[in-house]
Amino acid sequence: MLGGQCGDAARLAMSILVRMAEVYEAPELMDVTQAHIDGCALMCDSGLEFAENLVALGARVSIPTTLNMIPLDLQNWGRLGIPEEFANKAIRIARAYTDMGCIPTWTCAPYQGYLTPRFGQQIAWGESNAIVYANSVLGARTNRYGDYMDICAAITGRVPKSGLHLKENRKGQSLLRLVDIQPQLLRDDTLYVALGHFIGGLFQEGIPVIEGLPTSATNDQLKALGAAAASSGAVALFHAIGVTPEANTLKEAFQGEVPEPVINVCFSDLRRAWLDLSTAEEGAELDAVVLGCPHFSYAEFQQLAQIIEEQGRLPHPGVRVLVLTSQTSYALLQRGNFIDTLLSFSVEIILDTCVFHSPIISPDAKVIMTNSGKCAYYAPGELNVQVAFGSMRDCIRSAIEGAVCWGETAWKES
Amino acid sequence: MLGGDSMERILIGKPIVPGSAKGRATVSTQPISFWGGINPRTGEVIDRRHDRSGTIITGKIFVFPRGKGSSTSSAVLMESIKAGTAPAAIINTKVDPVLALGAIVADELYHKTVPVIVLSREDFDSIDEGDYLIVGPDGKVTIKSHAHFYSNPKSSDTDEQAM
Repeated sequence: MLGGQCGDAARLAMSILVRMAEVYEAPELMDVTQAHIDGCALMCDSGLEFAENLVALGARVSIPTTLNMIPLDLQNWGRLGIPEEFANKAIRIARAYTDMGCIPTWTCAPYQGYLTPRFGQQIAWGESNAIVYANSVLGARTNRYGDYMDICAAITGRVPKSGLHLKENRKGQSLLRLVDIQPQLLRDDTLYVALGHFIGGLFQEGIPVIEGLPTSATNDQLKALGAAAASSGAVALFHAIGVTPEANTLKEAFQGEVPEPVINVCFSDLRRAWLDLSTAEEGAELDAVVLGCPHFSYAEFQQLAQIIEEQGRLPHPGVRVLVLTSQTSYALLQRGNFIDTLLSFSVEIILDTCVFHSPIISPDAKVIMTNSGKCAYYAPGELNVQVAFGSMRDCIRSAIEGAVCWGETAWKES
Repeated sequence: MLGGDSMERILIGKPIVPGSAKGRATVSTQPISFWGGINPRTGEVIDRRHDRSGTIITGKIFVFPRGKGSSTSSAVLMESIKAGTAPAAIINTKVDPVLALGAIVADELYHKTVPVIVLSREDFDSIDEGDYLIVGPDGKVTIKSHAHFYSNPKSSDTDEQAM
């Protein structure tokens, strides 16, 4: 490929991969059989130039390749007030990647849609939350690939043979024991976010093994844990004993080695993480609630509809309720029987994109609330807002009150 | 004020992305995600939980332990290289392939890059805020302590700003 016999696009992609193999200190390249592209997410001139340059050179992906969100809700951007110039550029980014043969999934939760990787499958994924989910929850194998290496891997079908592609590098590197956590809290969605935020801050990297999560942990809870850990840190793989597929036992998670170090995680540790996720105070006037970071699943829509029905009140007129999701989940939602509940609560369902990549939230907004650790981590810097983190129920109650409020949560006590 | 001892020290680093650069050190003890952490239009550190929140890193030798977080960080680094807001060089203690990637793709696309150097923890810790650094293509980092070049080592752009 470097010789150009496979075309100029493959030569460019391969030359980047070969340089990256040196960075990874990989002795050789290896095959991957699926890719997920994060390079289409950011609105920037260089990213557009890179993608259009590849298309001009005749680039085609050689393996099944899904796409992360793009900077635009392709259906609703007019209604959302996105400037036309911005939209046109976003559409060019989208088109460049579909022209290369990528599948227009446009989601940051590709593991809950089309083409979910298999256990043990060697893949090249971008998008930090998707990477940690693929490795940890699915047991597929990918390194933490950044923008533009993902498409190089998709074009060539190759990556440096290194890191998490190799079984010996997937063993646990520290044991986190959850101690003295109330069983009720172990079922609470916010526990998973606080734990993820804590883990990312504590380790930055390395492979944590969590002991003490219940087998009832849902895919959405593990999604939230991974997304938070991959924001406050660089976690690309975690194991949870009895929950994730490479950790049926402690021995399996550590590949027979003695767990070391062992760290006890107490309620007070997680409470500190919970507190750190919010920069807004209780009672702060709220501009928007943001749910769906990563993209909402059908199960999360069900949960939301149930909460809205329980509350039986409409949101405060000054508060927007935004839910970010994929076309895949939206298609299911349209077939379900509760979309009217959401629409009557003025829920704005945003497709294909996210509030960080598309200018959906007004620059005048001062305070947002979210149930996502990832959103809570990045919102102050990217959106220039104060952020409150809370459960989905607290987000909806706050939307109704028009101000940040936390209900009867265990985190507030003690 | 110029003057003082003409002391300089040489650190031997590993060139992850080789190149030459010089500039003053902006030092952080915390990892950072370039996406969500750096605004490529302004070069400002925008991670409001970060110890350098509010600092402009453009033209500086940005010294921080390692990258973290978003896989879009490579795109942010490349965009800042194109926009001219990038740091002059990056010095870490640990290789972050995502940041190296941004520098490498910028080199392939624009023939412009920022050198990325990895130092031992001890050498990394020996760099002070405001030190004048010269980075060589072989990974050599020459430190000329700030006191010898500047009367005021902390310029206003290093002050942390409240949100």
